[in-house]
Amino acid sequence: MPEWLVTTILILVKLGFVFFLLLTGAAYMVLAERKLLGRMQLRYGPNRVGPFGLLQPLADAVKLVTKEDFIPSQADKFLFFIAPGIAAVTALLTFAVVPFGPPIRLFGREVPLVICDLNIGVLYFLGLSSLAVYGVTLGGWASNSKYALLGSIRALSQLISYELSMGLAIVPVVLMARSFSLTNIVNAQAGLPFAILNPPAFLIFLVSVLAESKRIPFDLPEAENEIVAGFHTEYSGMRFGLFFVGEYINVIILSSMVTVLFLGGWHGPLLPGIVWFFLKVGFISFLFIWTRGTLPRLRYDQLMHFGWKILVPLALVNVIVTGAILLLLNPAKG
Amino acid sequence: MQVLFFYLVALVTVISGVIVVAAKSPVNSALALVNTFFCLAVFYVMLSAPFMAAIQIMVYAGAIMVLILFVIMLLNMGVEPFKKFTHVTWGVVAGSLVLMLTLFFISRGQPTKVVGAITRDVILKEGHTELIGKSLFVNFLLPFEITSILLLVAIIGAVILAKKEV
Amino acid sequence: MAKTETMTINMGPQHPSTHGVLQLVLELDGEIVRKITPHIGFLHRGVEKLAEHRTYHQVLPLTDRLDYLAPMHNNLGYVLAVEKLLGIDEQIPERANAVRVMMAELTRIKSHLVWLATHALDIGAMTVFLYCFRERERIMDFYEKISGARMTSNYFRVGGLSRDLPDGIEREIRAFIDEMPGHVDTYEGLLSGNKIWQKRVMGIGVIGAKDAIDIGLTGPALRASGVDWDLRRDQSYCDYDKYDFQVITGKDGDTWTRYKCRLDEIRESCKIVRQVLDGLKPGPILADCPKVCLPPKKDVVNTIEGLIHHFKIITEGFKPEPGEVYVGVENPKGEVGYYLISDGSPHPYRMKIRPASFVNLQALPQMAEGAMIADVIAIIGTLDVVLGEIDR
Repeated sequence: MPEWLVTTILILVKLGFVFFLLLTGAAYMVLAERKLLGRMQLRYGPNRVGPFGLLQPLADAVKLVTKEDFIPSQADKFLFFIAPGIAAVTALLTFAVVPFGPPIRLFGREVPLVICDLNIGVLYFLGLSSLAVYGVTLGGWASNSKYALLGSIRALSQLISYELSMGLAIVPVVLMARSFSLTNIVNAQAGLPFAILNPPAFLIFLVSVLAESKRIPFDLPEAENEIVAGFHTEYSGMRFGLFFVGEYINVIILSSMVTVLFLGGWHGPLLPGIVWFFLKVGFISFLFIWTRGTLPRLRYDQLMHFGWKILVPLALVNVIVTGAILLLLNPAKG
Repeated sequence: MQVLFFYLVALVTVISGVIVVAAKSPVNSALALVNTFFCLAVFYVMLSAPFMAAIQIMVYAGAIMVLILFVIMLLNMGVEPFKKFTHVTWGVVAGSLVLMLTLFFISRGQPTKVVGAITRDVILKEGHTELIGKSLFVNFLLPFEITSILLLVAIIGAVILAKKEV
Repeated sequence: MAKTETMTINMGPQHPSTHGVLQLVLELDGEIVRKITPHIGFLHRGVEKLAEHRTYHQVLPLTDRLDYLAPMHNNLGYVLAVEKLLGIDEQIPERANAVRVMMAELTRIKSHLVWLATHALDIGAMTVFLYCFRERERIMDFYEKISGARMTSNYFRVGGLSRDLPDGIEREIRAFIDEMPGHVDTYEGLLSGNKIWQKRVMGIGVIGAKDAIDIGLTGPALRASGVDWDLRRDQSYCDYDKYDFQVITGKDGDTWTRYKCRLDEIRESCKIVRQVLDGLKPGPILADCPKVCLPPKKDVVNTIEGLIHHFKIITEGFKPEPGEVYVGVENPKGEVGYYLISDGSPHPYRMKIRPASFVNLQALPQMAEGAMIADVIAIIGTLDVVLGEIDR
């Protein structure tokens, strides 16, 4: 087999694997959330479709596809169409740089378990997450509904604000790993994960990630008790489904980013690397669900206050302190 | 292959650039501008400058345009004021002047020649991000710091201006 | 320079957290609410008018449907008013009064549980909702065992009760009452210590004692503003003065204080129910007023007097002397009063209901203007309005 063919096939296989994993992962994330929330709230959660409700995601998908795809008459049709797509696609694309396992040997060659090991992987992730704002914002604006507009304004300001602290929390990681590449960052944590080496950055990142995922206690953009459903108030059928799936893919992506940046990615004793990776992602996702079962929602001004007056200064100080310590440990080379 | 790709992206860039000017709704203009930025980022990648590409997307597409969009959304601008082009003649005059200027520069300049120490080979060898870092924080540290102080002053000024109104 | 405009937005009648069909027209300046105009009447059924064409006994089921979260309290206010109109309020048997108090306090717990559940849900704490409904379900079961219905109980009668307590219910209620304070601690554990919860409710929707009295607030909303006023103690009915309980008051008049007051009221209600159970003695459950109270079924089929009374009361109803009367009771939400005018016929000439929620809702604009959208939701929750009662 020619060299390029093997490479192409390998890339396609990896793509297919990740794509399949993400979509089913998102679907079962919904189920897991409903099950776990149910258990936390003295209920059973879905248990009618299939054994233990395992076919529930399938039933949900069938329902969403067969529902009427309603477009408000005053909506901006083009933007209304593409907004859910932007939300889902930006979420999906991010996984391209996430290394989910150590390189394996296949057909006598080294195959890294990442679709594309960009040397600016961290920036790629930040860039895509800043583009993800568009899906939410445009969706809300194009619906031409007041609740949706309120939701999209909230989403926009929230995402921009917390992106900042998220980016600043990553800076110490990049400083410590001396690389933007996610694979190198994981390798740099072979000894101790960065969550232990730099707990403030880890906590700031975790909180910002919660806010980025638009979930309780930061679910203001869709706070159903205040603004009905926020930016996707007017969406129905599969378009709503795209927003919904996008949100859960986002949860998985953000959990894997936490894993890669702070929890040492695939590193761990005894079990194979890929298992460790998914275990860690699962744990962080569980954390997301757990907070949803526990916390009330913040108010808009409190959210902004928290983001700008607490998280961002903390993150800045952390960057400086980390930089200073690193400089002390290994004095500049030139 | 690469050239073909370049022309494809360039075509998209030019088309979205035209849409920025021609679109009736300001939101569509803004989105076309985002698309243009995105295409520019692709060019950066093709020039083996992925760092610049990422920064382009994060700063321009991800932050600045979002804020502009925010303002447009809140101002609730209708389509109407953008339908009428009342100053067509002036527009044509200004446009042709700019065109002449551009042609003049192109005819006199040497657009294909690379000047300076940083060539493609150097970038590939040293790493593009490292080069930017070096020139920003070693060679041009003082201007960099002055710029940041200038920006800080601007931020404080903006905050004070906004505060007064309340 | 662009000028800023406010955005007018319709909150309700179809909205997840306007607690029914309340419509609020909000004028928004960004997230800040400048003006609130409540629109009510989407659930209007004309209860007061309907009452004019029914006998006094037939009005009772209508009152269940006012504040459907506390049906027994509505029943209680109505039967007390009719009893006063008839002048038989001194003849109510002791057991009937005791059971009335017990059911009224269980209802208070039930109503407060729904309030806490929805209030927390509105602020985003979903789990509390289901925890509260677990305990509410127990009270619903008591309702079903005692009155036969889970919501529209229709249990009290003019002169007493419709039937005696079923066997063994005292033990179940006692078990529940023993557990309940622990459950309240659980809710507090889920909410009170939570920084986000504190930030969302402290200092929100403040109303001072004077304003509260001026508007006519009653119930926990009034007491949280520091006014020590509780009809159970200050205009005792149903032998409430026999029981030892505390009237919970607060100082600050904000959402947090109202939250604390209501939780403490649940604990106090548990105390009252326990005292009732301790002192519950067997005895008659209906006043000895054959012209007013339906005779027991045994008498209807066995004695001629019973049959005649039954027939007369069912077909014609009883005829109070002409006159008018007002009785207010301390509903979970505030004072619910019944004003009845009799012209000597078997139907009320006029029945006016003073609903607690209707008056309490009037405080909403004053409490919420200048706050944020999220605060409006919290304040609707803390006022604990029920639209069935507001629209009547």
